[in-house]
Amino acid sequence: MTAPTLELRDLRTHFATRGGVVKAVDGVSLRVDRGQVLGLVGESGSGKSVTGFSILGLVDPPGQVVGGQVLFQGQDLARLDEEAMRHLRGNRIAMIFQDPMMTLNPVLRIDTQMIETVLAHAPVSREEARQRARDALGQVGIAAPEERMRAYPHQFSGGMRQRVAIAIALLHKPDLIVADEPTTALDVTIQGQILAEAQKLCAEHGTALIWITHDLSVVAGLADRIAVMYAGRVVEEGPVEAVLDAPLHPYTVGLIGSVPSRNRRGAALNQIPGMTPSMLNLPAGCAFAARCPRAASGCSEPPPFVEFRPGRSARCIHPHAEGPPA
Amino acid sequence: MSAVLRPSAPPQVETPLRRFASQFAESRLALVGLVVFVAIVLAALLAPWLAPQNPYDLAQLDIMDGRLPPGSVGASGMVHWLGTDDQGRDMLSGILYGLRISLMVGAGSALVAALVGASLGMLAAYAGGRTDTLIMRLVDLQLSFPAILAALMILAFLGKGILNVVIALVVVEWAYYARTVRGSALVERRREYIEAAQCLALPTGRIIFRHLLPNVLPPLIVVGTMQVARAIALEATLSFLGLGVPITEPSLGLLIANGYEYMLSGKYWISFYPGIALLLTIVSINLVGDQLRDVINPRLQK
Amino acid sequence: MTLYLLRRCLQAAGVMLVMSVLVFVGVYAIGDPVEILISPEADQIERERAIRALGLDLPLWQQYLVFLKNALHGDLGRSFVFNEPALKLILDRMPATLELAFGATFVALLVGLPLGLYAGLRPNGALARGIMAGSILGFSLPTFWVGLMLIMVFAVQLGWLPSTGRGETVDVLGTRWSFLTLDGLRHLAMPAFNLALFKISLVIRLTRAGVREAMLMDYVKFARAKGLHPSRIVLVHVLKNIMIPVITVVGLEFGGTIAFSVVTESIFAWPGMGKLIIDSINVLDRPVIVAYLMLIVLMFIVINLLVDLTYTALDPRVRLEGRT
Ligand SMILES: Nc1ncnc2c1ncn2[C@@H]1O[C@H](COP(=O)(O)OP(=O)(O)OP(=O)(O)O)[C@@H](O)[C@H]1O
Ligand code: SF4
Ligand SMILES: [Mg+2]
Repeated sequence: MTAPTLELRDLRTHFATRGGVVKAVDGVSLRVDRGQVLGLVGESGSGKSVTGFSILGLVDPPGQVVGGQVLFQGQDLARLDEEAMRHLRGNRIAMIFQDPMMTLNPVLRIDTQMIETVLAHAPVSREEARQRARDALGQVGIAAPEERMRAYPHQFSGGMRQRVAIAIALLHKPDLIVADEPTTALDVTIQGQILAEAQKLCAEHGTALIWITHDLSVVAGLADRIAVMYAGRVVEEGPVEAVLDAPLHPYTVGLIGSVPSRNRRGAALNQIPGMTPSMLNLPAGCAFAARCPRAASGCSEPPPFVEFRPGRSARCIHPHAEGPPA
Repeated sequence: MSAVLRPSAPPQVETPLRRFASQFAESRLALVGLVVFVAIVLAALLAPWLAPQNPYDLAQLDIMDGRLPPGSVGASGMVHWLGTDDQGRDMLSGILYGLRISLMVGAGSALVAALVGASLGMLAAYAGGRTDTLIMRLVDLQLSFPAILAALMILAFLGKGILNVVIALVVVEWAYYARTVRGSALVERRREYIEAAQCLALPTGRIIFRHLLPNVLPPLIVVGTMQVARAIALEATLSFLGLGVPITEPSLGLLIANGYEYMLSGKYWISFYPGIALLLTIVSINLVGDQLRDVINPRLQK
Repeated sequence: MTLYLLRRCLQAAGVMLVMSVLVFVGVYAIGDPVEILISPEADQIERERAIRALGLDLPLWQQYLVFLKNALHGDLGRSFVFNEPALKLILDRMPATLELAFGATFVALLVGLPLGLYAGLRPNGALARGIMAGSILGFSLPTFWVGLMLIMVFAVQLGWLPSTGRGETVDVLGTRWSFLTLDGLRHLAMPAFNLALFKISLVIRLTRAGVREAMLMDYVKFARAKGLHPSRIVLVHVLKNIMIPVITVVGLEFGGTIAFSVVTESIFAWPGMGKLIIDSINVLDRPVIVAYLMLIVLMFIVINLLVDLTYTALDPRVRLEGRT
C-alpha cells in the first residue's frame, strides 16, 4: 500500500500570545490520498487556515507547530529542515491563500511573480518559464494572458487576482494543493470553471486537494471526503455524501441546517445558537457543549474521536444515530 | 481575626502618577538618561559653587595658563582637570557655565515656542475653516524648510546675540507644537464631554482651559522634551558657526568652536570635553523623551 | 502627465512668489535695505546713486516689483566682498556642494540599507539592538562635533585622511569634480560620512520599520509558499516595497542635506556654497545671502518635483492614478 499524499497525525499548532496560549490547531488528524479532494469546513476561527499553514511550515511567530506529524508521501514535514521544505513549497505542495487582494506583491508585475516561481524549482530558460506562466493563466480562464501578464496586481479585480494565484499554484503540477477558500471571491461561472479545472488536475495528475471553505455546496460537488473543524479540532470526518446526508455530530447538523437549500426552501434557517468559544480558555469537556442541543452530563468530559461506522468518525458522546431530525 | 496580627502590606494605591512612574522605569536606559539629565541640570544650576573658577571674570584668567592639557597645575596652583583653553580659562568651569547658557537657551526657546505653537494650534483646531487652513499652511511651509537654514537666515538679518538666537529657535520650532496640539485638540474636540460642555454653553475659554488643555498636554510634553534637545543642538551648531551667542558668554557650541583651530595640533581637550557635555545632555534628554513617548502614547507600545 | 507637470510648475511658481515676498519683507521691511544692500564702505554720492538705482525711494509695493523684475532677469545683486554677481558666485560653488550632498546620500544608503534590513529581519537579536541604539546616537550626536572628532582621529592621530579641501579634481562638463580621482575621494570621504551620519540613522529606522511591516504581509508569506529563496524574497519582494518610502524620505531629505552641508563645509573647508554663505553672513554680504535663499527655495521645489516623479515611477499604483 502506498503512503497517502498527506496524513496529519495529532497536529498541534499553538500561538503563545500575551493573553495566554491560543490552541488554534489542537490534535488534528486527517488523511488525503492521491487524486482525492478533502473538503475542510468549519466556522470562522476554527483553525482551518492555521492547519493549512502548518502543512506548508508557514506558521508565523508567535505561532508554532508544537506537536504531531505532517506526513507528506510518508515523510514528516514537521521535522524537515527549512531548505528542503522550500524545495517542496510551490513545487510539490502549493497553497492558495484566502485573501486574493493581499497575496500578490503590489509592486511586481504578474509575469515577474509567475516566472520567479517557475525558475525557483525548474532549470528552464526565462522564455520557457514565461511560456509556462502564460499557459497556466490560460488554464484558469484569463483571456489574452500574454498581454495581461505585463500588468500589475492592482489593475486586476479580486477575482482575477485569485485566478492568478491559482495559476501560480498550478505551475508545477503539485502533488498536493491546499486551497484556502479560493473561490469565495469569484462569481459563479468562474467558480464552476475553476472547480472543473481542479477536478481535472486531480484526475489527470493524481493531485490531492485540500479545499477549505465555508460553502457546503462547493464541498458537496467537489470533495470526496469532508472534515468538519470546530475550535481547533476535527469533530467529524467521512465521505461527503454520507456526512451531508446523515451527520453524526450535532455541530455538523447545525452547520448543514444553517445553509439554504433547494429542497427546504421556505423553511426557516437554523442558526447555530451562541458564539464560537474563546480559543484562550476552552471548556474542559466538549468545546461545543455550551451551544449543543444534545449536551448532557457526560459532555463535561472531553469526547474521544470515535469511528462509529466504517469510514465515519466523530468527536461526540451523544451523536445523531440517523440523519438530522426532520 | 488573624489578619489584624499580620503586618499589613503598605497600601498599593494605583495613582496615575505612580503607574506612570513605574511604566517609565520599565526602561533601564531611560532611567539612566533621567539620572544623567538631572545631574546635568543640577551641575548647571550650581555652577557658581561647583566651578573652580569664574570663567567670565577676566581678572581670574592668566594667559600664561593657556592650552594646558588636562590635569595640569596652573600658575595660581589650581588643578585644571580638563585642561584650559587658549585664554587660560579652566575648561571644567567653562563647561559648567556653558551648560547654563545652553540649557537656558534650549529650555527658554522651547517654552516660548510651545506657548506660541500651542496657542496657534489650539486656535486652528478651535476656529477651523480659513484660520485653520492658514495656520496649517504656515506650519507646512515651516516644516518643509530645514531648521538650520531658517535659523541661519534669521540670524543673518537680525544679527548675533542670545535673544536673537532664542527668536530664531522659536521661529523654527513653533510649528511642531502647533501641529501636535492641533492634532490632539481635534481628536479631543470630538469627544462627548466637550460636546456636553458646549451644550451647557460653557464659555469657550473655560472649555479650552478646563477640558482641552489637560488632554493636549501629554503629547505636548513629549514633543517639548524632544524639541529641547533639538534646540540645544541647534544653538550649539549656530554658536559653532559663529552666529550664536556672543564670545563673552560662551555656550558649549562656542567652546567647541574655540578649540577647533587647536585640534589640528593635537590639543583635543578644548573641543573634546565640551562636546562630551553636549552629547550627554542631548542623548539623556532624547532617552527620556523616547520613553515618555512610549508611556504616554499607548498605541506605540509594543 | 503633461497636465500634472504643468500644475506642479504653477504650484512651484506660486511658492517661489510667496518666498520672494518673504525674503523681500525680510530684507526691505524689517531690515534697513540701504544698510543691507549697499556696501557700508560706499560714500554718500554712491549711496544716493544706489538708492535710486535700487528704487529705494519708491513706495514699498513698487520696490517689490523692481526686486521681482530684477530677480526674474537673474539679477539678485552684487556681492560687496567679491564684487561679482551674487548668483554667479553661488552657482560656481554649487557643484562642490552637490557632490558632497550626493556623496552623503550614497553613503547613507550604502550603510543604512543593509543595517536596517538586518535589524528588521532579526528585530530581537543583540546586533539589531546595537544597530538601533547606534541610530539613536546618530540622531543625537551634534554633526559638527562628530566632524571635529573625525578630524581628530583620522587626520590628526592616524593621519589617514586629509582634513580640508577637495583634493585633486577632474574637469567634466565644465566643472570640477573630486570623486573621479583617488585623492579627491580621500578628501570627500570624511565630509560625506559626517554629513551622512543623520541620514544613516534615518535610513536604518525607515528600512527596519518597512521590513518588519512587509514581512508580516500576505504577499511575503505567499512568496514563501511559492518556495522562493529567502534572498529573493528579501532583496526583491521586500526591498522593492520599502524602497518607495526610503527613496521618498531620502529624496525629500536632500534639501536638508544641502542645508546641513553649511556645517560640514565649514568644518572641512569644503569650498561649496554652504561655506560661502557662512562667510557671507559673517561679513554681512547680504546680496549673497538673498541670492542663496532664493536659489535654495528653487532647489527645494525642484527636489520635491523630482521626488514625486521618482515615487510615481516606483509605485505602479500611483502611476496609474496619475494618468487618469
Ligand atoms: N497570529 C496569531 N496570533 C494569535 N492567534 C492567532 C493568530 N493567527 C490565528 N490565530 C488564532 O487561530 C485561530 C484559527 O484561525 P484561522 O485563521 O485558522 O481560522 P479559520 O478557520 O481559517 O477562519 P476563517 O474562516 O475566518 O478564515 C483563531 O481563533 C485565531 O484567533
Ligand atoms: S459531546 Fe456532548 S456537547 Fe459535545 S457535541 Fe456531543 S452531545 Fe454536544
Ligand atoms: Mg481562514
